[in-house]
Amino acid sequence: MSTDRPRLTTSAMIASLAAEGQRIRAAPFGHALAALAARRPEIVGMTADLGKYTDLHVFAAAYPDRFYQMGMAEQLLMGAAAGMAREGFVPFATTYAVFASRRAYDFICLAIAEENLDVKVCCALPGLTSGYGPSHQATEDLAIFRGMPNLVIVDPCDALDVEQAVPAIAAHRGPVYMRLLRGQVPLVLDEYDYSFELGRAKLLRDGNEVLVISSGIMTMRALEVAEQLRADRIGVAVLHTPTIKPLDEAAILEQAAKPGRIVVVAENHTVNGGLGEAVAALLLRHRLAPPFHQVGLPDAFLAAGALPTLHDRYGISTAALATRIRNWL
Amino acid sequence: MAEAVAPVRPNVSLAQRAWRIRHNALRMAAVQGQGYIAQALGIADVLAVAYFHALRYRADDPHWEGRDRFLLSTGHYAIALYAALIEAGIIPEQELETYGSDASRLPMSGMASYTPGMEISGGSLGQGLTIAVGMALGLRRKNSDALIVNLLSDGELNEGATWEAAMSAAHWRLDRLIALVDVNSQQADGPSQQMLGFEPLAAKWQAFGWHVQRIDGNDIAALVAAFDAARSHAQPSPRVILCDTRMARGVGFLEQREKAHFIRVAADEWQSALGALGEMPA
Ligand SMILES: Cc1ncc(C[n+]2csc(CCOP(=O)(O)OP(=O)(O)O)c2C)c(N)n1
Ligand SMILES: [Mg+2]
Repeated sequence: MSTDRPRLTTSAMIASLAAEGQRIRAAPFGHALAALAARRPEIVGMTADLGKYTDLHVFAAAYPDRFYQMGMAEQLLMGAAAGMAREGFVPFATTYAVFASRRAYDFICLAIAEENLDVKVCCALPGLTSGYGPSHQATEDLAIFRGMPNLVIVDPCDALDVEQAVPAIAAHRGPVYMRLLRGQVPLVLDEYDYSFELGRAKLLRDGNEVLVISSGIMTMRALEVAEQLRADRIGVAVLHTPTIKPLDEAAILEQAAKPGRIVVVAENHTVNGGLGEAVAALLLRHRLAPPFHQVGLPDAFLAAGALPTLHDRYGISTAALATRIRNWL
Repeated sequence: MAEAVAPVRPNVSLAQRAWRIRHNALRMAAVQGQGYIAQALGIADVLAVAYFHALRYRADDPHWEGRDRFLLSTGHYAIALYAALIEAGIIPEQELETYGSDASRLPMSGMASYTPGMEISGGSLGQGLTIAVGMALGLRRKNSDALIVNLLSDGELNEGATWEAAMSAAHWRLDRLIALVDVNSQQADGPSQQMLGFEPLAAKWQAFGWHVQRIDGNDIAALVAAFDAARSHAQPSPRVILCDTRMARGVGFLEQREKAHFIRVAADEWQSALGALGEMPA
């Protein structure tokens, strides 16, 4: 039997993003939503058989009569959320990012976004955060949703970002898509002078050689790389851009206009149609042409396997990001 | 009945096949220490009868044009199908050790491009029956009499696409199509009836124009009779066998687990699980 065999790497659906020994917070989304719900009685929680897997079970335990288990029916989930919103409620609807962006797209687009309804679509397993294979790897969710008018898109970095984003997106009137980090979520941004503001990019650290513009977990990676390169007297600035749409154009232009730095956009997403291309187009429209590099996932269906293996292979691990930035300097 | 092929160990009974499928699945789950083992143990009898009584295939040629098509839309049931494909001689037994590991042909979620004998990529639940409709139409165009068998989970009955396909299959009179529904009464968040009540199930499928049987999916004799009846039914309608199964069937202490959808078992408990399965039946 396997008791004394070394633990094998696994293509399991759920894997923690937290590195060994990293500080974490459990279920930040669920706790933040439950806390907010005390002040906002019109908030309801809805899910498609993934309450436990999106941390919505925390809200469900706190407010059982405001929780709607819709079954594994993502189209129904989004249509019903639209109906709830029409009647004055503010649904937080959860599923996995693949099923919201792929299966339920039309329902989110027409039933929710076209009417500018107040529905918050919050989805776990964004980008490459599951080793389970293409069925659960939402490598193109941002590209899909960036095309949808009215929709605000948020890609938080860590537990603090998730916690603070919840009241912020609830305060915004209109549809929001938020990428969810769930379970044991790394805590990083509390060490910086940072708070989440919807629509704002924030400079987390400055540096003279490299400007990294990043969202989601890639900001965590970029901060680690910046620390590593500091030892070699390479200064890396990190501009965290958790709101993908609308983009904080002023902040990005201001940073990208500073001379002498290479610009690296890093995202947990295919290089097609996400933050990288959005920034590239923005810079070009404003006649800015710094040395420009994109870090993201390849335009391919990715493999199943252990998450660390895959992050290394596809170039979004800290080590891979550091190597690539060194090569570009 | 068309040639029913039991390609390896022809003198093994169906009960023994089911035991060996459970045994294979437990060994794979032990490799990872976690997984969808309760589903595998629950569906083992259905797979034993499918692969060793009902289906036509060639173990050494998984793409043989004349094969019956077995479509697993529930990707997470892959561990169960791998266990059956190993027993059928389509996957070598030693690969069991690689289950769910990097670069394995046996990933946790079943995908056609990875594994011989895996007809479709599952994982996005509710797609299987729609693909089955298209394959049935395609095989009909090719004048093939191959069966198309789609194994669905009861959770997949929540998805609208399943019912679109159900309507379509009856519309096209797809009489070579057999849907097997694993009614294990469990989904990711809890008991199926608390997620989205779908009973009365037999009446629903009947109203959709299907030939319906509802049986104890852990009763091998009942399964054999149901497959035979589905095959020989004279009317030109698609056929569904609703299989009420017991999750983790055969391993008592796992049957008692409340959180059955994804099971974590301590390393030393896997020995007890294999022990609980007992000796192979005579
Ligand atoms: C379209 C889709 N939505 C959600 C999921 C996530 N998911 C995986 S298994 C599962 C439970 C579905 O019920 P069932 O297959 O009956 O569960 P089991 O019997 O294996 O516990 C869910 C919601 C999925 N894989 N596909
Ligand atoms: Mg089930």
